[in-house]
Amino acid sequence: MADFGQDGEWAIEALGLVKRFDGFTAVDGVDIRVPKGAIYGILGPNGAGKTTTLRMLLGIIDPDEGRRVVLGHERPTDIARRIGYLPEERGLYPAMKATEAIAFLAALRGVPLKVGRARARALLEEHGLAYAADRQIRQLSKGMAQQVQLLGTLVHEPDLVVFDEPFSGLDALNQGKLETMIRALAARGTTVIFSTHVIAHAERLCDRVAIIAGGKVPFAGLVDEARDRLRPQVRLETRVADGPWRAALPPEARHEGAFWHFTLPESGVEPLLRALIEGEAGILSLSIERPGLHDAFVAIAGEAAARALAENAAQAEEAIR
Amino acid sequence: MIPEKLRAAAVIARRDFVAVIFSKTFLLFLLGPLFPLVVGGMAGAIGAQVDKELNQPQVGLALPAEQTRRLLAAHAALADALPGDVPDFVALDAPGTNPRALLAKHLPGHEGVLTAVVSGTLDHPVLTATPERAHLWQGMVALFAARARDDHPAPLPPVTIDEVATSAAKVKSGQVMTAQAGQVLLFLLTMLLAGMVLSNLVEEKANKIIEVLAASIPMDALFLGKLFAMLGVSMVGIAVWGTVWGGLVLVGMKSLPMLAAPAVGWPLFVGLGFLYFAMAYLLLGSLFLAIGGMASTVREVQTLSMPVTMLQLMVFFFASYALARPGTMIETASLVFPLSSPFAMLARAARSTELWPHVLALGWQALWVALIVRTGAVLFRRTVMKSGPARPKKRAKA
Repeated sequence: MADFGQDGEWAIEALGLVKRFDGFTAVDGVDIRVPKGAIYGILGPNGAGKTTTLRMLLGIIDPDEGRRVVLGHERPTDIARRIGYLPEERGLYPAMKATEAIAFLAALRGVPLKVGRARARALLEEHGLAYAADRQIRQLSKGMAQQVQLLGTLVHEPDLVVFDEPFSGLDALNQGKLETMIRALAARGTTVIFSTHVIAHAERLCDRVAIIAGGKVPFAGLVDEARDRLRPQVRLETRVADGPWRAALPPEARHEGAFWHFTLPESGVEPLLRALIEGEAGILSLSIERPGLHDAFVAIAGEAAARALAENAAQAEEAIR
Repeated sequence: MIPEKLRAAAVIARRDFVAVIFSKTFLLFLLGPLFPLVVGGMAGAIGAQVDKELNQPQVGLALPAEQTRRLLAAHAALADALPGDVPDFVALDAPGTNPRALLAKHLPGHEGVLTAVVSGTLDHPVLTATPERAHLWQGMVALFAARARDDHPAPLPPVTIDEVATSAAKVKSGQVMTAQAGQVLLFLLTMLLAGMVLSNLVEEKANKIIEVLAASIPMDALFLGKLFAMLGVSMVGIAVWGTVWGGLVLVGMKSLPMLAAPAVGWPLFVGLGFLYFAMAYLLLGSLFLAIGGMASTVREVQTLSMPVTMLQLMVFFFASYALARPGTMIETASLVFPLSSPFAMLARAARSTELWPHVLALGWQALWVALIVRTGAVLFRRTVMKSGPARPKKRAKA
């Protein structure tokens, strides 16, 4: 990266970030580039290094090695006013009223209290929480308090928003609302980076992802690029169970129920179709499916990381129930 | 343009100040110093009454009747002219009775308890009492007996009084008293108030807002904001207590001890006292904030409060010890050592008219406040912000 930190195209550029705690390497040489205005996901199971990476990008902690440039600055705390951050462990002062809590978060980011209060009331009204404006945080439900904090994260109209596991603890309805909000932010030109262990969120929202496991990032780039690391999958159903056409299928093809499953050969779909027709297989159905991000994650991060990811997602769902 | 750190510190200070001042417990905080005063006052009044009832000394006179009468007359003539407490004399009308037997019982018809008995004659009076009383009253009994023997005692000559306002020795000792009083007051206020900051960061940790703060503002701004908020709270407390105390003085508590004027004069001494309180508070408070920042639970803070109180006591004792040794290396050390410097410098203000050392000392102390805040903030960021909520013992939270 000869032009590191010089290109105005990137909201975040990180190169070789390393962080060790008590001899344990939590993050081991992470490279990330987040384009301005993108929705960027950091995907990985708990313990992979997501939060530590985000904390380094925010300047909460400094890396032991490596460099990061955030919105053109090497010290992210210098441009804290342009950043919004929602940590995984959410919390506000319980005795503060909702309006005051949002105005306080705005004041931390340089917005005068009077302006912050006005914006807070407008945001609460816009999101259907006007009735809670003068209630203390301790009087709100957990979900409402989380929404208040989310509004506090955005009240100063940041250029970059960092969410750490933003969907955890939210029910399906509020997860949907948050997805809508993230898309709206990106549409306004705000860069959004979030960590998650739920592939579906990343797949629905992100232009780019970084897959992180064991403190390393084996892949960082476009979601499509991740998918394209795998060949398309073919699902074939034939009328005739066996025949000379079988020779056209790759050796690893497996028969499950009425279907054959196999990876599309390098030669493409046309030679396969020709062989099936000439061999009178009697094609009932044939579909070619592009691999999902889940498959890409398994291929890139490995089975163990994928299993951990699935377990985290299941635990999170259980916690909501 | 306000520097970013100060602006951020002001946001934190405002939040904390408002949160404390408008809390229900703040009234209790204001009333706090009244409790020991009320309890102490009540205990003192009761003790004084008991003491008066039990220890009003009476000296029984077991001399022949005429000699007893003359001794009582001598007591009446001289008692008011003698310094200190002169015991009452009572006639026992029991000549020849063993004085030891008289002391051993409570005599009917007499209030109080006999402390001593004078028997024998005016020429050879015998004082029967415990050793300490006997030595205390031996001269007094001799004086009264000598006067009682005289058939025509001369009246006491009038003494013309020529009062002077003070003397060099009195000024010096008075200023030392003022210095000590200043140190004690400074210590009491600092001990009462500086300890509060020990638990100041626990709230942010417990409410999980610390990470948002760490991402939004410089950590030393957070520390400074918290320090100044609590300093503000302390000032409110001192203003209220000072007003109440001033009111009581005006109402007429004339028995309050009057201190000698300090060398720099009262207005400047009070002003310096205010500044040195602020510095002592900021120095100890920043240290406590840094120490308390390492604690993650209220229980840990409670465990820390004892050693922290001991530290305050040691600082105070050091400054007090140095007060009695002017011009020595010990005094210099107490002036230079940042934590004892405010106490030692306030004492110096009571005894020396030089003002430039105060400017130097205040700058020196402010420098140390900045250093401790900076170090505390760096340590806090390094040690506390390193771990996530679900981080296993040996692993960082991802």
